[in-house]
Amino acid sequence: MNLRQMAGDFSELTAPKRIVVAMSGGVDSSVAAALLVKAGHDVVGMMMRLWSEPETDLRVSHNRCCTPDQIADARRVAQQLDIPFFVLDSKEIFYQAVVQPFIQEHEKGRTPNPCIECNRTIRFNYLLEQAMAVDADYLATGHYARIRQNAGQFQLLRAHDLNKDQSYVLHVLGQRELARSLFPVGGYRKEEVRKLAQEFGLTVAEKSESMDLCFLADGNYRRFLDERTIYPSQPGLIETSNGDVVGQHQGLSNHTIGQRKGLGIALGRPMFVISKDVKRNVLTIGSRDEVMQSQLHANRINWLSGEPPAEEFRTEAKIRYRANAMPARVKNVGKDEATVVFDQPVFGVTPGQGVTFYDQEVCLGGGIIVNEEQL
Amino acid sequence: MKRTQIYLDHGATTPVRREVIDAMMPYLTEQYGNPSSVHSFGQRASAGLEDARHSIAKSLDCLPEEVVFTGCGSESDNLALRGTMWAARGAGKSNHLITCSIEHKAILETAYQLSNTAGFDVTVLPVDKFGKIDLAELEAAIRPETALITIMAANNEIGTLQPIEEIGKIAHRMGIYFHTDAIQAVASNNWSLRSSSIDLMSLSPHKFYGPKGIGILFVRSGIPLVSTLTGGGQEDGRRSGTSNVAFAVGAAEALRLAVAERESNNEHYLNLTRELINGILGKFGEDVTLTGHPTERLTHNASFAFRDLSGNDLLRYLDISGVYASSGSACLTGDPQPSAVLNALGLSPEWTRGGLRLTVGRQNTISDVQYVLDILPGIIDKMRNLRSIIS
Repeated sequence: MNLRQMAGDFSELTAPKRIVVAMSGGVDSSVAAALLVKAGHDVVGMMMRLWSEPETDLRVSHNRCCTPDQIADARRVAQQLDIPFFVLDSKEIFYQAVVQPFIQEHEKGRTPNPCIECNRTIRFNYLLEQAMAVDADYLATGHYARIRQNAGQFQLLRAHDLNKDQSYVLHVLGQRELARSLFPVGGYRKEEVRKLAQEFGLTVAEKSESMDLCFLADGNYRRFLDERTIYPSQPGLIETSNGDVVGQHQGLSNHTIGQRKGLGIALGRPMFVISKDVKRNVLTIGSRDEVMQSQLHANRINWLSGEPPAEEFRTEAKIRYRANAMPARVKNVGKDEATVVFDQPVFGVTPGQGVTFYDQEVCLGGGIIVNEEQL
Repeated sequence: MKRTQIYLDHGATTPVRREVIDAMMPYLTEQYGNPSSVHSFGQRASAGLEDARHSIAKSLDCLPEEVVFTGCGSESDNLALRGTMWAARGAGKSNHLITCSIEHKAILETAYQLSNTAGFDVTVLPVDKFGKIDLAELEAAIRPETALITIMAANNEIGTLQPIEEIGKIAHRMGIYFHTDAIQAVASNNWSLRSSSIDLMSLSPHKFYGPKGIGILFVRSGIPLVSTLTGGGQEDGRRSGTSNVAFAVGAAEALRLAVAERESNNEHYLNLTRELINGILGKFGEDVTLTGHPTERLTHNASFAFRDLSGNDLLRYLDISGVYASSGSACLTGDPQPSAVLNALGLSPEWTRGGLRLTVGRQNTISDVQYVLDILPGIIDKMRNLRSIIS
């Protein structure tokens, strides 16, 4: 019997299962927990304390997730659902596995996506192990994505709500993780999830979306990085691609590829960041054409099935969380790397970000975009 | 979903006994008057309150007027410290307070506040590896301007009993008042406060099957006390606020029962904690240590520290298995600090996050203890394996 054809069909888990829900105090994971409780499962809430600002800052500037307020919200939801709730002290492993690499990548001029690393090493590794250790059958999260069993394989599918689809940050999972994971809200649209939260009377139904990185107190990358890097951001030159100096930047980590606003440059035509040279501390800008690229290289490739579909294949590739997937050909698939050639040039290929490959609604896998010199 | 439920956290709180609820009910329903009111309703409520005070005085062998009702155990501690220290300052030279490093926060935080915001001097005595203070060190800490010594009767985390009668005698010899926080120890000791060297004593009825929301402070007659909650002058001017008659009645009944059943309860508790202590020390050898004194400890307390283990995590696994316990470093928000008490015993950091406190109660049975002993090795193994997988 296929236990769950789609994430929305978790109620087909026939016998009651013990399921750990990763709760964040937000609407999505709260509704995920509620759906599983209503379906009669033995649900345990867990929340990872990933980060804490210094004690004195607690009341003024918190990071967005896992602050005492968010913990209190999650605890309140768990109480409403009458399920046990535990907070896991995960600060050390999170710092080592996610924050430290985030800082180091920035030092190398790249723009990392820490959610990908977090899913790889924290949520679907550390937390999954913690869930298994309390004899759970599954770990459920509030992610918008779906899992389907197909011919003995588990597939990761995009969410029904394509605006909310989070398969991009979940491409790091493998068969082992997919077999043990549930995404109860992945079959719903965000509005439906909000409505469910209201119907269930959850106290968090009205909470707003959390948009930024969970460990950034105020969305201020520069302050965060400056306080933690041994290379604080230094002012440097802004050049065009032919070497003309056109201005000054206040630190490379403030900027990312494709960025247009906030450069402080008026050249009479739209200018975009096209590259960052860490060695020279130079930001290079250019026209929209110059920021278009038809090819990229990626490493740290993961295939959800465990195997690449072929050495070379056609796909739709997505190069950032909020980009559309574009037709492309994946070539030179190696053990850990691949080259992606787009049918049409794409805007803003950014080293450090993920690239994910799709066949229709199925996420095949993905990797991390690298600079030419990393090859 | 129904799980096994074994409550082993009676040091945190206890269920209210049926007899206690029955005693309280009339004062929540028919006799709801305010004891300060002049009319008959007030008079009947006042009778209930004063009967409760007399009953408590009888249980503790003290005078009714020496019993002050407060809002909770912490408030009793606050009133004892602030009340005597301010009174001493008002009387002249006395400005110094002596306490110890493993007191409850209701004592330590109050002492620090007196020191930080009002210029009182505070000496915090260290404890030995069992959690006991040294009487010679206590004597050496006494100064001419010492006004109060406050040392707990039994520690809440590790259960160690302090030699309170001796401490009180030292205090009296030097003309100093002695307060003890007996919140954990009330039910296990036989109190005769009339002939005791204790001058002030804090009690908290919810620790002995009474209700939460009421505390008691024994204050020996003639000891000057400045009120810290001022207003209508209830409790003979020592603690203002509308008298909580029903809860006072419940507290009195809970204490009466605790005193009456003390010996049989202690025997029951000792049987259970002896099994827990022998069982756990036997199963985990070098990786566990009993915390607190091996013999001079609360009968219902079995407390341990596990080497290189997170007590907070252990509580989670126990909870999932239906066992409800506590740990000195437990934290609701995932930011556990090492236990200050275990630190004060001189345990190294590899032990101080690994506290486990099991406190048994009247309804626990030997099969509860057996269940804990059966599941604990599997849990600890799992935790150690998990840690090696992750790191």
